Amino acid sequence: MHRKTGAEIIVGLLERQGVRALAGIPGGMNLPLYDALSHSQMIRHILARHEQGAGFIAQGMARISGRPEVCLATSGPGATNIITAVADAKLDSVPMVCITGQVPLGMIGTDAFQEVDTYGMTIPITKHNFLVRSAAELLEVMPEAFRIAWSGRPGPVLVDVPKDVQNQMVEFDAWPEPGRPDRAPEFDHADLQRAAAMINAAQRPLFYLGGGAIQANAGGVATRLAEKAGIPAVMTLMGLGAIPSSHPRSLGMLGMHAARHTNLALEECDLLIAAGVRFDDRATGRLAQFCPKAKIIHIDIDLSEIDKLRIAQIGIIGNVCDVFRALFPLVDALPRTEWLERIEELRRTHPMVMPGSDDPSTPYGLIRLAASLLDEEAIITTDVGQHQMWTAQAYPHRRPRRWLTSGGLGTMGFGLPAAIGASFAAPGRTVVSFSGDGSIMMNLQELATAVEEGANVKVIVMNNNTLGLVRQQQDLFYGQRVFASRFRNRVDFVRIAEGFGMRAYDLADCADPADLLERAFHEPGPCLVHAPIDAAETVYPMVPPGAANRDMIGGETHACANA
Amino acid sequence: MPAQMPDAIDPSRAAGRRAVLELTVNNHPGVMSHVCGLFARRAYNVEGILCMPLPEGRLSRIWLLVNEEARLEQIIRQTMKLEDVVRVERHAADHEVFVHLEEFFGVALPSEGTAADN
Repeated sequence: MHRKTGAEIIVGLLERQGVRALAGIPGGMNLPLYDALSHSQMIRHILARHEQGAGFIAQGMARISGRPEVCLATSGPGATNIITAVADAKLDSVPMVCITGQVPLGMIGTDAFQEVDTYGMTIPITKHNFLVRSAAELLEVMPEAFRIAWSGRPGPVLVDVPKDVQNQMVEFDAWPEPGRPDRAPEFDHADLQRAAAMINAAQRPLFYLGGGAIQANAGGVATRLAEKAGIPAVMTLMGLGAIPSSHPRSLGMLGMHAARHTNLALEECDLLIAAGVRFDDRATGRLAQFCPKAKIIHIDIDLSEIDKLRIAQIGIIGNVCDVFRALFPLVDALPRTEWLERIEELRRTHPMVMPGSDDPSTPYGLIRLAASLLDEEAIITTDVGQHQMWTAQAYPHRRPRRWLTSGGLGTMGFGLPAAIGASFAAPGRTVVSFSGDGSIMMNLQELATAVEEGANVKVIVMNNNTLGLVRQQQDLFYGQRVFASRFRNRVDFVRIAEGFGMRAYDLADCADPADLLERAFHEPGPCLVHAPIDAAETVYPMVPPGAANRDMIGGETHACANA
Repeated sequence: MPAQMPDAIDPSRAAGRRAVLELTVNNHPGVMSHVCGLFARRAYNVEGILCMPLPEGRLSRIWLLVNEEARLEQIIRQTMKLEDVVRVERHAADHEVFVHLEEFFGVALPSEGTAADN
């Protein structure tokens, strides 16, 4: 017989679940939980400086580990602050369990101090949520929260626990089993046979791989399928790394900032094998004109994605890795010489143009230089904006689960805390966070967390004193009326970092950038690298929002522009 | 279909075609929010809603009267993903559950005592 408080039950169940690190901030309504946590010998608590930071630290851990990771916040502003990180996890299908404090049961609905309807507010941005009404319920709710976050298409689960429930004493006979993911759905083998026949008959097939392929650890089998059947692959922003960028079958990222040849190949394909993707508008451009000649095979673990935006000729509900493995022996080994030659021709005539990639004072050059100093174990996080797209285009994505970026929600401020989380999930590895001066300001306070925890995080701030992607859109689509996107005040990021107690390097007027980056990467612990860039730099090619992917602006070679 | 049924409810005579969804859900506070929130968020109109606990109390039944649109299958799939939704069944518009409600909806509010008159 056990006799525990609700708070002790939560901590006990987190330990039994295998949680060894979590992030959060204490406050009035989760103090009983924090008191219980202080007695844990197993769980390391990472004290963030803003609840959104705590949420993204948990996300950084989960995106590396593939398991649900945990963040804590108090009621009211603690809960509202963490909501952005929860919504971000929902859109990118990241497994996470967020535990919030709530005012005591009897005060719910009275507009008590720091009371908000956390349950009501988080319904649309969680996979599932709970408002726990008794300590005994926690024995069921906590394992369920982990099971749900981890099963099928992963996602965030929020558990709102009133303070008196945390303090309530209960007796119970035995601890429940930890939450485990449900088995992936069994897929229909008749559909599989039909899919294989369709692939074998296709003249110009393409893989379209997304975050679901990464989640399912399907990168290896996808690469072997692409090799065996002579099928090139495009990847979404979330799918980068599924097939290495340098692999001959890889066409890199599709969509708004894809290489020209990538989007043009999609125009010509006659069969699109879409796996772990959701036909997001940044990937497809104007949907009605996406892959106009193609039949669709859509493989996803989430039934509701099939036929949501584009009707599939064959829909297979299953784990992408399982489905690809089952498909492998049914797919003919084919050279597809004609199609692969056509792909190479597109590559030659419409290459990815990266101006300045040999010059470390330009964005592409800086990313290429950093990449040359990092191995395939290095983890890259980004914030959101031009630097994110430059990195997506220019960084050599070598392995799955090395690329952490806010894809669906596009949250500026993601990169630094996610990098801190990643450094805990992958100790000993180098984590590099590419950021911009706009994004880094949105969770700047987490520099303190990185220093306090000694996280092995290298933050590269590309500084153009501008919200660059906004400026670019104003230039292109708003008559060059650049408004509210240029900062008038210039921040000294080197001194800011040093003020947080962090090592800082400045690439401004640096004679040997390679040596500077080498030192920054190799000295253990956190640092910030300030990288001034020209505000006139642009991300090209670009598909205007709402346009078809074939209608790209910029990024032409001269040969192509004259054609 | 009873001939006296008012247009606003009679699915066969309403502007668009209707369908009736029968949801079996866990009976606890918040389930209605999850279901209604999903339809609202995905911009799928709910024309009518009925909810009562089932006899043993552990489960509830929610009846939804919805427009028959191309997106109905998609919204059903999204509904099935809700953790507290145990089962979803789709019925034709003439399912009797909404038919007998006419007397509660057929007559406009008496003007006496309404806010507009005060």
